[in-house]
Amino acid sequence: MSAAIRVASFIGLMLVSMQSWAEYVLDLRPGVTSVSQGAYEIHTLVMWICVVIGVIVFGVMIYSIIVHRKSRGYKAAKFDDNLTVEIVWTVIPFIILGFMAVPATTALLAMEDTSNSDMSIKVTGYQWKWHYDYNVGENAKDINFFSNMTTPMEEIQNKATKNINYLLEVDNHVVVPVNQKIRLLFTSADVIHAWWIPDFGVKKDAIPGYINESWFKTDQIGTYRGQCAELCGTNHGFMPIVVEVVSEADYEKWIASKMESAAAAKASSNKTWTKAELMDHGKSVYATNCAACHQANGAGIPNVFPGLIGTPVITGDVAKHIDVVVNGVSGTAMQAFGAQLNDADLAALVTYERNAWGNDTGDIVQPAAIKAAR
Amino acid sequence: MSAVIEEHHDDHDHKPTGIGRWLFSTNHKDIGTMYLWFSFTMLFIGGALALVIRAELFEPGLQFVEPEFFNQLTTLHGLIMVFGVIMPAFVGLANWMVPLMIGAPDMALPRMNNWSFWLLPGAFGILIASLIMSIMGMGSAPNFGWTFYAPLSTTYGPDSTDYFIFSVHMMGISSIMGAINIIATIINMRAPGMTYMKMPIFVWTWFITAYLLIAVMPILAGVVTMMLTDRNFGTSFFDAAGGGDPVLFQHIFWFFGHPEVYIMILPAFGIISQIVPTFSRKKIFGYSSMVYATSSIAFLSFIVWAHHMFTTGMPVATELFFMYATMLIAVPTGVKVFNWVSTMWQGSLTFETPMLFAIAFIFLFTIGGFSGLMLSIVPADFQYHDTYFVVAHFHYVLVTGALYGIFAGVYYWLPKWTGNMYDESLGKWHFWVSTISVNILFFPMHFVGLAGMPRRIPDYNMQFAEFNQIASIGAFIFGFSQLILLYNVIKTIRGKNTEKATDQVWEGAEGLEWTLPSPAPFHSFTTPPTVK
Repeated sequence: MSAAIRVASFIGLMLVSMQSWAEYVLDLRPGVTSVSQGAYEIHTLVMWICVVIGVIVFGVMIYSIIVHRKSRGYKAAKFDDNLTVEIVWTVIPFIILGFMAVPATTALLAMEDTSNSDMSIKVTGYQWKWHYDYNVGENAKDINFFSNMTTPMEEIQNKATKNINYLLEVDNHVVVPVNQKIRLLFTSADVIHAWWIPDFGVKKDAIPGYINESWFKTDQIGTYRGQCAELCGTNHGFMPIVVEVVSEADYEKWIASKMESAAAAKASSNKTWTKAELMDHGKSVYATNCAACHQANGAGIPNVFPGLIGTPVITGDVAKHIDVVVNGVSGTAMQAFGAQLNDADLAALVTYERNAWGNDTGDIVQPAAIKAAR
Repeated sequence: MSAVIEEHHDDHDHKPTGIGRWLFSTNHKDIGTMYLWFSFTMLFIGGALALVIRAELFEPGLQFVEPEFFNQLTTLHGLIMVFGVIMPAFVGLANWMVPLMIGAPDMALPRMNNWSFWLLPGAFGILIASLIMSIMGMGSAPNFGWTFYAPLSTTYGPDSTDYFIFSVHMMGISSIMGAINIIATIINMRAPGMTYMKMPIFVWTWFITAYLLIAVMPILAGVVTMMLTDRNFGTSFFDAAGGGDPVLFQHIFWFFGHPEVYIMILPAFGIISQIVPTFSRKKIFGYSSMVYATSSIAFLSFIVWAHHMFTTGMPVATELFFMYATMLIAVPTGVKVFNWVSTMWQGSLTFETPMLFAIAFIFLFTIGGFSGLMLSIVPADFQYHDTYFVVAHFHYVLVTGALYGIFAGVYYWLPKWTGNMYDESLGKWHFWVSTISVNILFFPMHFVGLAGMPRRIPDYNMQFAEFNQIASIGAFIFGFSQLILLYNVIKTIRGKNTEKATDQVWEGAEGLEWTLPSPAPFHSFTTPPTVK
């Protein structure tokens, strides 16, 4: 057995040496909303009840293991039932469960009350990104955007140092004002996703054909991060969520700037672009929207996601190419990007795909062509 | 329970020879052996997949596998462990032990017994072939998790999904036939004098488990058939765009899935209830309350399924119902734990390997039970759901619960099967290395889960790194320590340098199986014993 002890002490040493690496979390976080704090309190209560029961039951067992052993000459007793204790240990758990059920019910009822909200955001899950629409419910604003993970492939492939928000960073943050009850409406465009911010205590499935509701309200300005919590396909691990809670004034500023950039995007769809501009913009649109499946080098994943190098759709008729990108391919993972991207983005994307990775068709697609094809 | 054996059966032991002995076997012992070896093989395959997963998760970043293949690994790992390891191992133990324990000459339906086993290699051959083809670059294996939620598995499923559906159908037919056989055997073939309330607890738990199987396996078959028609024949059961309902899938799946959880633990309860009295040299405490508690758990298992779905946005009244019903399971489960502890209390304990695994089972399964109770609390479940906390929970109940129950049973009955004692010191090595490493493996998962790490992700933020690394180290030790069991089993079967087992094997053992010679003859109880 001495070797077993050596193994155990080796592992023990490793555990100790690991402590110096970084600060790590052992327990649930209380979070910043009444909902997350409610969850934390009930979690703590139930956990400690379990610990106490565990100590009692395991204590009795350990006592028995130490004392009632044959090697100490202990003779077995003869009893094999006792109605009184059996009734007692059936009834007492009921009472304990009652003590857990009451606060759990109270907390749950508060969590599920989405009434009297100050504003609403519609959250739509896509493979593998989130879309946020502020144009719903009270105080609706004509703002909507996609939120994509921005962690570079180099960091994921261990070719660059990972930043502190590795896999938890996105291009467009959800911005909300502090001290307001924000109602969230969840749905999905493809498979089931789940929107989760641990600090808010909000986790809700985004399901195609359903609209689910949840809410949060916090008095703490800050940036909060979360991830998709329901397996949703290849890049399930790469669709983070970032919510920025800001002051009322900062929120107004953000709204104004969003409105402005929306107007600029509209204008860009009306102008004629040069090939260099299209290729440049197309590369970034591709990286954000297409590279997850078709890969940054356009090679795809064999038998899962088709490659784009020299394939008929890319090198053939432009109209067919635009149709696939705008309307998707039903029955496959290829989405209809017409609903997700504007004319300029799509034009740049198609131009890029037709000229990148040695495709060199020389075709240039202008936003006007996309508009005509819609 | 005492038994008298009439010693006049002329036991010729006409063992068929060669491959035919196994291929065409109708002998409950040979079929039981095949089930157990099949399960053991699958344990190493499923375990190897888990080790690739743990290697990938050893540190942040992608090192060994791509996200797409990672999803295939988690899916196949889950399916193989649930349907290929735990369930066949229990059926194997039932095949071997139920006839011996109730004094029957064989199972009631021996030819069906043969078929229900031989479906399994076919089913898993198909499933594993899809993974091999994926490795060879010829398509993707199932990649939607062992719970195969629609529409990820229907509209978005890879081509191999149809093979997966066929495979699940075969497993289901196998399980249903196995369950029918066990029920028919227990009802019809008990020795004279063995009333229901005299049956060993292992027989009782399997009796109840078999009814659960008959009740829910057709539901699994139904849900995969709906998937099949959604994928190939234009129906829209689970497709919202066609008026279907993706959440319906989850309701049907978990209406199967939750009783399935108890299918995987009740026989383990039975094994522990045989072993603890033997090594305590004392009768099981509260026999009848054990039977009633098992029945209550089986009943409750049908009305708690939606606790797997609290985040799907059910009405609050529904959430409350499923929370209360789930909490109630703690009561009969508690009764069982209290009964085992009371059986040990004032016993005359010894700690051979089966008892060590049984005691570890009681400790560690109870920890899994505690986290289960925590998960039943809806407001907290919103934080735990689909995180590593859930992964920790179900591995505590399935590995240190179900699998430990199987290990305990194998050590307990191996001398009866082979006629040789296993190597006790190797058994103890297996126990201690496994038990230490399994906790290094799964306990830290509670922490990363509470810290906010979702399950089924191939890569993670650095804040989760330490505990993932610890878990991975534990995984490799635990995985390789199972080779000790393999070596010990082979050594016992070959019988060189091993002690011969007596008929009684264990000093405190009671029951009909211990009245037979060791090894148990090829045909036993051709004349039924009488139970007084």
